[in-house]
Amino acid sequence: MAMRGIPGTVRGWGAWAATAAVASLLLGGGAVGAARVRHASQPPIIIGLSSSLTGDFSADGKANVQGYRLWAAYVNAHGGLLGRKVVLKILNDNSDPSQVITDYQSLINQYHANLLFGPFSTLLNPPAASVARRYGYMLIEGNGGGPSVFAQHNAYLFDVSSPTQNQLVAFAQWLTSLPKSERPKTAAYATYQDPFTQPQIDLCRKMLQAAGIKTVSYQVFPDETTDFTPIALKIVHSKAQVVVVGSLINLAAAMVNTFRQQHYNPEVLSFTAGPDQGSQWLQVVGGAKMTEGIMVEISWTPFLDTYQNALLDHLYTSTYGGSPESMSSDVAETFSVGQVLQQAVEATHSINNATLRAYIENPHHVFQTVQGPVHYIAGGWGQSSAPAYIGQWQNGKLVFVYPPFISKGAKPEFPKPNWP
Amino acid sequence: MSFILYAIMIGILDGGIYALMACGLTLVFGVMEVINVAQGSLVILGAYMSYVLASTLHLNLYLGLLITMPATFLLGMAIEWAFLRRLRVDRIALSILVTYGVSLAIEGGLGMIFGDTYVALPAPSGTFTLFGYATPDIKLYVFLMACAFLAGLYVLLYRTTFGAALRATVQNRTAAQLIGINVERISTLTFALGAALAAAGGMAFGATRSFHPGSAEDLISRLLVIIVLGGFGSLGGALVGALLFLVVEDMVSVLISPIWGPVVFFAGLILILLVRPQGLFGQLEARRQ
Repeated sequence: MAMRGIPGTVRGWGAWAATAAVASLLLGGGAVGAARVRHASQPPIIIGLSSSLTGDFSADGKANVQGYRLWAAYVNAHGGLLGRKVVLKILNDNSDPSQVITDYQSLINQYHANLLFGPFSTLLNPPAASVARRYGYMLIEGNGGGPSVFAQHNAYLFDVSSPTQNQLVAFAQWLTSLPKSERPKTAAYATYQDPFTQPQIDLCRKMLQAAGIKTVSYQVFPDETTDFTPIALKIVHSKAQVVVVGSLINLAAAMVNTFRQQHYNPEVLSFTAGPDQGSQWLQVVGGAKMTEGIMVEISWTPFLDTYQNALLDHLYTSTYGGSPESMSSDVAETFSVGQVLQQAVEATHSINNATLRAYIENPHHVFQTVQGPVHYIAGGWGQSSAPAYIGQWQNGKLVFVYPPFISKGAKPEFPKPNWP
Repeated sequence: MSFILYAIMIGILDGGIYALMACGLTLVFGVMEVINVAQGSLVILGAYMSYVLASTLHLNLYLGLLITMPATFLLGMAIEWAFLRRLRVDRIALSILVTYGVSLAIEGGLGMIFGDTYVALPAPSGTFTLFGYATPDIKLYVFLMACAFLAGLYVLLYRTTFGAALRATVQNRTAAQLIGINVERISTLTFALGAALAAAGGMAFGATRSFHPGSAEDLISRLLVIIVLGGFGSLGGALVGALLFLVVEDMVSVLISPIWGPVVFFAGLILILLVRPQGLFGQLEARRQ
């Protein structure tokens, strides 16, 4: 999630505050000393997880593990959980749903894990959660938010991240909040036939239609599509005022290039992914001028002013090198998993799965995470309230423009300026 | 109406690029009875080589082919020598496995060097008007380049001694050996030629869309479909197959829905294969040539 231009001051102070907190905890207090004594004398808490270290999801799987490891290392450096050291037992599922089942059975029966964290993806979390439920374990995860995860109605599963389907809700809320006289009248939608993007587009479309924004084009296309020109042309032909695309970066770039060539200037142009990719995005669209006013939905970036986000930047860069921009959002999502667990354990003084599950599922209990504050939605089968934000390219920088609590005064640029 | 005509023209322009990428695949099968599933990866490798030359040496994309095509030609020779020449039995099935391994190695290597991020070649940004729609100049340029390469390939196959030897090998490998044609040498050169054409196709592909190491996966399935439709081993078949594929897909996308583009095409493909299992211009056509 490479993203530049979010005000750095807050982040800078956050990093200093976090560093100071780490230093004071390491150097100071008897409480920590006492915790360390307990640390040595009590058995560790084993947290089992399976991740895709090989196979189709290996890039994300490795990031998934990085987030868990950063959290565990941080917690252990601060006395562990309830004074006990946290040990992660990590197995490789090879991106395979069958292997996930075997792995979680092994984690419970062979490795006697006390608690479980989730694997990567909407595909692999449901089988993992099924095993967890069978043995009375809860499964907290951060990398599987597709509708199929919650459709299982598994009360033992908790997703810390924003549910996939809700990624465009903030965008729809912003559009529908515009005065009726200013509000666009027509919208075009295009999305991959994909369990990740299509539900977002469909929910957004439903919300906009309910607010009187007419659908003039709706296109769904296969994942294998490589030639996007006809899809973009159909949108151009529709002359829609709002364009919302369920995208990856190559699709988003192809849309921008075609729209620009055809001198088609929608008032609002929003993508579910692509423009959030910082320098990579600028490279494929041909520079900052080409991206002015384009919106993208974001659930997390290294520059978000949220609980321990600056600390996560620091932990990541000091452990894995590089810059915060090089950190995958998968890392933040699994770091959030640890944060929720830690806060629940500290509140209940327990690592009993039933006790923790009862505490976490209570919608009145709010957990602070690097993605923002979350609670679990009653009847949501593990869906959290984690928000998604609207980012918009303004003057060569991607800035948060909605909702107001995160935008810090920045306003959406509307209508989007014409192409240069 | 102009919208539909424009969609057809875009299909033809893109079809030319796909024909260039697919012709190496079909030639290799015709001569060697090898299904080279690494062709997609060789295309993307060619695109990355053009990217490196353009971004570091600021070399013109077309001039860069003077480096990338010989380089992939040599790489193709090496792959043939190291992996394919040794396949003596069950050649078609084993070649799929071996070239799949080569494909994974290329994709993995590109991933290690360039990461899993999309890049685009620095193509000129001008446009021309076609049926009232602005069309990027680069689409026309790379289409013309693809036509030039296909024409050159035609001359090579039908007007040179090497081409005659190659066609003889396509027609009957054993008979070609009996009349003194060095079939192994022809095979090596054909595979290398296919790799070099993949590099040219890679430049055309990368100049018209963004790509990353994994782009090869979607590409190879489309290239295989094109040569199945056109007929394994047929150069003309690759051209017609590519044009049909892209035009039908684009037409259906704009007239009905993008989701129906591949469905309609594959339904047509099945019908054609029921009537002509060898594809439109399959082995019989190639042998007659």
